[in-house]
Amino acid sequence: MGTFAYFPHTEEDIRAMLDRIGVASLDDLYSDVPDDFQYKGEYDLPSAMSEQEVRDFFEQLGRKNVQLKVLVGQGAYDHYVPAVIPYITSRSEFLTSYTPYQSEISQGTLRYIFEWQSMICRLTGMDVSNASMYDGPTAAAEALRMMLASSRKRNKVVVSAGLLPCVQKVIATYMKYTDAQLVVTKDVLAELGDDVAGVLVPEIGKLGRINDLTGYAEKIHEAGALMAVYCDPSTLAVLKSPAEWGADIAVGDGQSLGIPLNYGGPYVGFLACRTELMRKLPGRIVGQTTDADGKRCFVLTLQAREQHIRREKATSNICSNESLMALWCTVYLSLMGPEGMRKVNELSSAGAHYLHDALIATGKFKDIHEDKLFLNEFTLKPLCDVEKLQKAFLAGGFFAGLQLENGELAFCVTEKHNKEELDSLVKIVEGL
Amino acid sequence: MKYYDKLIFELSRPGRSAYSLPKGCGKEIELPAALRRQAPLDLPEVSEVDVVRHYTNLSQMNFGVDTGFYPLGSCTMKYNPKINEEIAAHPLFTGLHPLQPAETVEGAQEVIDTLDKALAAITGFEHFTFLPCAGAHGELTGLMLMREYHMARGDSARTKVIVPDSAHGTNPASAAVCGLEIVVVKSRPDGLVDVEDLKPLLGPDIAGIMMTNPNTLGLFEREIRQIAALVHECGGLLYYDGANMNPLLGKVRPGDMGFDILHLNLHKTFSTPHGGGGPGSGPVGVAKSVLPYLRIPVTSGFHGNFGVMMRGLAYILTLGKENIKMAGPLAVLGANYIKESLKDVYKLPIPTVCKHEFVYDGLVNDGAREGVPGATTLDIAKRLLDYGFHAPTIYFPLLFHQALMVEPTETESKETLDAFIEVMRRIAEEAAADPEMLHSAPHNTPIRRPDETTAARNPIVKA
Repeated sequence: MGTFAYFPHTEEDIRAMLDRIGVASLDDLYSDVPDDFQYKGEYDLPSAMSEQEVRDFFEQLGRKNVQLKVLVGQGAYDHYVPAVIPYITSRSEFLTSYTPYQSEISQGTLRYIFEWQSMICRLTGMDVSNASMYDGPTAAAEALRMMLASSRKRNKVVVSAGLLPCVQKVIATYMKYTDAQLVVTKDVLAELGDDVAGVLVPEIGKLGRINDLTGYAEKIHEAGALMAVYCDPSTLAVLKSPAEWGADIAVGDGQSLGIPLNYGGPYVGFLACRTELMRKLPGRIVGQTTDADGKRCFVLTLQAREQHIRREKATSNICSNESLMALWCTVYLSLMGPEGMRKVNELSSAGAHYLHDALIATGKFKDIHEDKLFLNEFTLKPLCDVEKLQKAFLAGGFFAGLQLENGELAFCVTEKHNKEELDSLVKIVEGL
Repeated sequence: MKYYDKLIFELSRPGRSAYSLPKGCGKEIELPAALRRQAPLDLPEVSEVDVVRHYTNLSQMNFGVDTGFYPLGSCTMKYNPKINEEIAAHPLFTGLHPLQPAETVEGAQEVIDTLDKALAAITGFEHFTFLPCAGAHGELTGLMLMREYHMARGDSARTKVIVPDSAHGTNPASAAVCGLEIVVVKSRPDGLVDVEDLKPLLGPDIAGIMMTNPNTLGLFEREIRQIAALVHECGGLLYYDGANMNPLLGKVRPGDMGFDILHLNLHKTFSTPHGGGGPGSGPVGVAKSVLPYLRIPVTSGFHGNFGVMMRGLAYILTLGKENIKMAGPLAVLGANYIKESLKDVYKLPIPTVCKHEFVYDGLVNDGAREGVPGATTLDIAKRLLDYGFHAPTIYFPLLFHQALMVEPTETESKETLDAFIEVMRRIAEEAAADPEMLHSAPHNTPIRRPDETTAARNPIVKA
């Protein structure tokens, strides 16, 4: 003992501690475990690696990945990550703390969560946001549960077939094990009725198209249901906010706010709503108050909704959030400000439209966005050999043109992609 | 720690900015007015220096494992190794899109497969799904698997799940979210599940039982073999809540105890940082009988929290088979050492050997006197903050009114534990002499006790 970096115990320490406890050996501390449960073998694991060996191990695996320029979105967007963010989020006071139960020594976490909630409210136009969820898809599932819980008699939720596949799969899973009915349809308004608790529609569909949701809120509310909008928070800098569409709930993934692709996670979901639904909102919520000396401070609040108090009657089973990723987005939004957010959208959108038109001009795709109602993500109908095309993209160092279920190819451009890169992608198509 | 009273919005000055973007070919977006945002976007306008100083100041009001001892019961606040952070930020992994073709992400897939194999070896289970992003998320996924197992048998009447009264609050909540009814089984006075109370609950409507072993009192459920036999006999499955897996590292494999499904918390047992409440990772493992259903529940968007998996695997490789088997025993050593050192001044309702954690039930002498109430568990917790320690988990489990749940973990030295013991003794003396001083603790933190009642009554939840 005493030779492994994370275990500070010397032989002497162990002896002294065993003596205080009044047992002879470490094995005696397991005297309550029936002998036949005690594992006598050796785990089938490699021998301990030095730090250098661990580094080499991952370096070697990393080299088996192909580094590509990413021109696909579908729920994960390759926006630029400012250098400040990882610098701040790796501060160990943030990184190595737990959920802020002891508010007196957790004001850092509590304040940035309050800022996150405020920024999500400002982006979405909602009154209240929670402290974050696992990811956008799970947040969408929680939004459906929320709408069902807000209505006593209605047992059906209607969701748009235009939602991203990653969202649809999770929603279907969450609903499968409840007695609620899930309807997935292209025309959500046609399904309204007195058994519908809520409707979930995307602001930007899986094909990149911006949906005009004019009139939705009126019709949905008239039918006595709630309206939730799934949105990409980055695009809310230029697009109508869920509140402006008249929605009751806004939900989505914060990944587009400065979080790296990370092979799919960790990301961060957000869930925000109108004041009237606040007590149905799942997850942690941070509120402002004062301390015994009258100083402004922040605490976890409205905990009567939560699992550790309500157990099976809680609004959700979630007992954590994705705090550090919420910090990631909060720092991003602070750096970008209103002007930076507008410019990110302008650059991404200009690049996407440039690429779209250039690809159409190759004659190898059919235009399905003639009205140009897309921002950074669009699809094209291929008129060429898709397999050959995708192989050529990969060979050219691009991940682009992901084929969706309907056969269309998905592209996404962000401010990271310059004109030369886009031109070289078009050249690949021309060279087919 | 120094009090700092700004919100980022309060630093905003029109005309300042901290973004850095390429000039590119950005031009105004042509969109119909009906689709355009109308309200101005009220985000802070600050410089980069403002941002860095602001969040640095905020961080300095926070206590983490790197700040000091964090004996928070059931949370396994062990040291978070720094090499893991470097690995998780490796640029050959962070740029991978989750939908990239398989032939371009072989390295990432090998990370997941290697971790799967390692966790299988440690737990005695077959395979894992890494989609769950947290422990409660793992519970939910695991219960979905339990339901799939029964549904595949046409056994639709199994709608109830048994949960001990000492269970983590997430257990009943997860069951409810999964459409299951909860049946509570009582604990005996010695803190273990009452097998006699369990027997009449078992029947054709039982989907299974959720247990954590050791339980939330830190006690090993010795009768687990009998419990497993009874539950299996009635057609139910056993779910293992892996929140308390740490003391079993190197000593016991949950798969050998008869469990069919389990989740692990990479952010507890496998040292990944808690990040102020996430991101975590709650992989779910299954025994052979449940394996056919493992891929059915899709409970998160892509592949789960891959960055957290990278850290967990780095930890396992660093420990290796030699050191990992010491993690459990050393964690148990620390817990029993504290437990035995303070039982003369703190009530120890269950005196038997504990595993990774144990529970005190308040002070032996809380200092109560005419007109002055005694010091409570909350007071003790708050006073600990003054002395530079994080508090234990308080008022949980619900079985004891003044519960103080202490979990030291294997990464704390004897000196640290001795310092904690000494402070706990001093607090006991302070309580006996002047409980009012404890009622008003903490005294040395950036803020004092917050007014939580007003916060809940008149919620201010955004700036």
